[in-house]
Amino acid sequence: MSTVAALPGGAARDPEARRRLGAALLALVVLWPLLQLAEFRPAVLFEVGNLRVMGGFLASFMPPAHAPEFLGLLLTATLETLAIATAGIALALFIAAPLAICATRALSVSRIGPGPGRWRGQALRGVVRGLLTILRAIPEIVWALMFVRVLGLGPAAGVLALAITYGGMLGKVYTEILESTDTRPARTLLEAGSGRLAALAYGLVPNAAQELTSYTVYRWECAVRASVIMGFVGAGGLGQLMDQSMKMLNGGEASTILLVFLLLVLLADAISGALRRALA
Amino acid sequence: MSPSIVTRNLGLAHGNGLRAVHGLDLQLEPGERVAVIGPSGAGKTSLLRLLGTALRPTTGRLEVLGANPWQLAAGDLRRLRSRIGTIHQAPPIPPRLRVVTAILAGRLGRWPAAKGLLSLLYPADIAGARAALARLDLADRLFERCDRLSGGQLQRVGIARVLYQQAELILADEPVSALDPMLADAAIAQIAAEAGQRGATVVASLHAVDLALKWFPRVIGLRGGELAFDLPAAQVDAAMLRDLYASEGNVVPTQANDPTLLQVPAELGAGAPVVRLDSCRGRG
Amino acid sequence: MSGPETSCAPRGAGDFCLSCLLTGGALVGAVIASFAYLQIDFGALFSREAAAGMGEFVASFFPPASAPPFLAKTALGALQTFAVAAVGTLLAALLGVLCALPAAGRAGGALRQVARFALNVLRSVPELVWATLMVLAAGLGPFAGALALALHTTGVLGRLFAEAIENAPPAAETALREAGAGSALAFLYGTLPLVWPQFIAYGLYRLEMNIRMAAVLGFVGAGGLGQMLYFHLSIFQQAEAATVLFAMLLLVLAVDALSHLLRGRLAN
Repeated sequence: MSTVAALPGGAARDPEARRRLGAALLALVVLWPLLQLAEFRPAVLFEVGNLRVMGGFLASFMPPAHAPEFLGLLLTATLETLAIATAGIALALFIAAPLAICATRALSVSRIGPGPGRWRGQALRGVVRGLLTILRAIPEIVWALMFVRVLGLGPAAGVLALAITYGGMLGKVYTEILESTDTRPARTLLEAGSGRLAALAYGLVPNAAQELTSYTVYRWECAVRASVIMGFVGAGGLGQLMDQSMKMLNGGEASTILLVFLLLVLLADAISGALRRALA
Repeated sequence: MSPSIVTRNLGLAHGNGLRAVHGLDLQLEPGERVAVIGPSGAGKTSLLRLLGTALRPTTGRLEVLGANPWQLAAGDLRRLRSRIGTIHQAPPIPPRLRVVTAILAGRLGRWPAAKGLLSLLYPADIAGARAALARLDLADRLFERCDRLSGGQLQRVGIARVLYQQAELILADEPVSALDPMLADAAIAQIAAEAGQRGATVVASLHAVDLALKWFPRVIGLRGGELAFDLPAAQVDAAMLRDLYASEGNVVPTQANDPTLLQVPAELGAGAPVVRLDSCRGRG
Repeated sequence: MSGPETSCAPRGAGDFCLSCLLTGGALVGAVIASFAYLQIDFGALFSREAAAGMGEFVASFFPPASAPPFLAKTALGALQTFAVAAVGTLLAALLGVLCALPAAGRAGGALRQVARFALNVLRSVPELVWATLMVLAAGLGPFAGALALALHTTGVLGRLFAEAIENAPPAAETALREAGAGSALAFLYGTLPLVWPQFIAYGLYRLEMNIRMAAVLGFVGAGGLGQMLYFHLSIFQQAEAATVLFAMLLLVLAVDALSHLLRGRLAN
């Protein structure tokens, strides 16, 4: 231990300083054009014209619209949204289940050993997983927009869009769940020569059932929200109603619909929780 | 000059009725160096936390640096605390922080807010931090991250922080438990020197009794939360020490049989990776 | 192998509880009711004409438009979409940290509830709804999209940041407070270094989500690739739309990769 307070001849400057300065400059150089591209001009928010429109719209939020015909419309739209979400998830299940069975390694007969057809099996699984990724890659609202162009306005576009994207999502997660549970019962059955479906039903499903249903119910909750969003491009339900109200700058209707939407989300959350407990 | 510390019937009881400290009467003059010894669970840490205004006493009176801390306004309490430096057994320093920033944090209580803020971007007093660290023979680690230090090195950083703080009252809770005997001796020497130079009061709880008797003219023995004795070091004899450590099999701990393993105190939170106390193991 | 009735068959899908059966039945009923309510004419949907129409529609996407001026426009649109996502997420991170402090209880119990409620409201309103509102406040264009993303993401990040702050071990900050540091500086020196890697991770994760949302917000006029897609589909220019879709996919992949890279370097 030094008794003389001699300073070692080390740097009297922070060695990190140069790196930090460089990083800060880089960030600024990248940030400036981004701000320009995004047309970032906070002053615009306070322009008189915009303030008037926004202020008027917000002022019309109160009182929320409560005319009986409108409330009737609201009820049908809400039921339609719920129906779109449920039908969409049901179709998605239809697509996801067989794909997941194909794609999961837990049900692969060729992996036991490994036996004949190993490369073919792996290739097939790769292709199916790729298909699931492609289905997931495009947001459902983009599918909805395209389906609206082909099928016209209405809930069909939303149901099909959900079926495709959520089919991909459910498929991927089902595959992972089936692989992450205890696969020994299924493997034992496959080794004893049972068919894949039997191995699935008796070996995998009993262990994985809770996780599978839990995720599916969670996805249904997301589907309710997505159905509202897709309505903005014409796929029916609450979203379409809200889009119309906002285009007419009808703040009262918009605020009512927003309230109903928030309540719907809470309701979906409650139903989802109850279902998960019931199926546990 | 008013005494540094005055306590009357100082007591701390936990919620479940367990008494950590009970009926302590102490008076310390400025510039005194006092060691607190005793078996585990004797209340040494609780006493230091009470003196450092980290815990509020449940009974009795406490006066630190001439003021009753629990009757002060928030601003005055903050100023009082900036004059008290606590050396923890396991320094609560975030692992990502660099040593230089950790040391400079010692004067946050005295610096204006702007200086403290700017010091995060560029250290405000590199020379001062280096000087403090040099006294503990660690100056070459000034710009390292704290999670790349061993347990003993981290303890020395904690000591350096309090040296940099230039406190009037230094409270040390087992400050050298992770250091080997030579380093421990030298570190205590630095604390004593700092106190001597500036007339600061030091209260240190130590596990190694020989270290306590060597460096501290006054020794307080605690057992079961109560005062066993409060004597000049010269008057502490072997019989008293054996009685004090009766609960630990009458074995009086010294540097020679002092384990260098450390237990992370519960206040740091179970499983919280605030400090990694394995000796001489780098990151990764 | 003997049939499933023998006793050595493993416990399988045949062992249902009664409530599961009833719930399952109710679910099937709900699905059927949904399809009935929507009155989707599956006959017409899967008819030969519909299939042919769909086939024509899909075919019109290929080959995607590849004239250089249009590719340049698409590239600019992609950059604009990225800018919307980046600026929105950055704003949200800054606002999120500001809101996280009261939401973590650092300013008292009452303010904590207020902050949490505000963050919940911001979070619950979907980005698209925020975007339609922001178009009113800031006019059509990418700024509205950036604001919409910022508002929604502040709700998400604010809550995540607040939870990280509440879960951080308090010992470092407490020790600094006991040495006389003010609460703001004690937080910056004591807790922020602990939660900083989590903040970065959450922020970059949201950037990945937001790039997908930014593409879509263009549908309501917030510029970028979304606005281009909406436009070209409305005037039935499927080839151009295909190019834009492809650009969207590339952009999402690129941002995912960038986010992984930054996460490795910044949060180590």
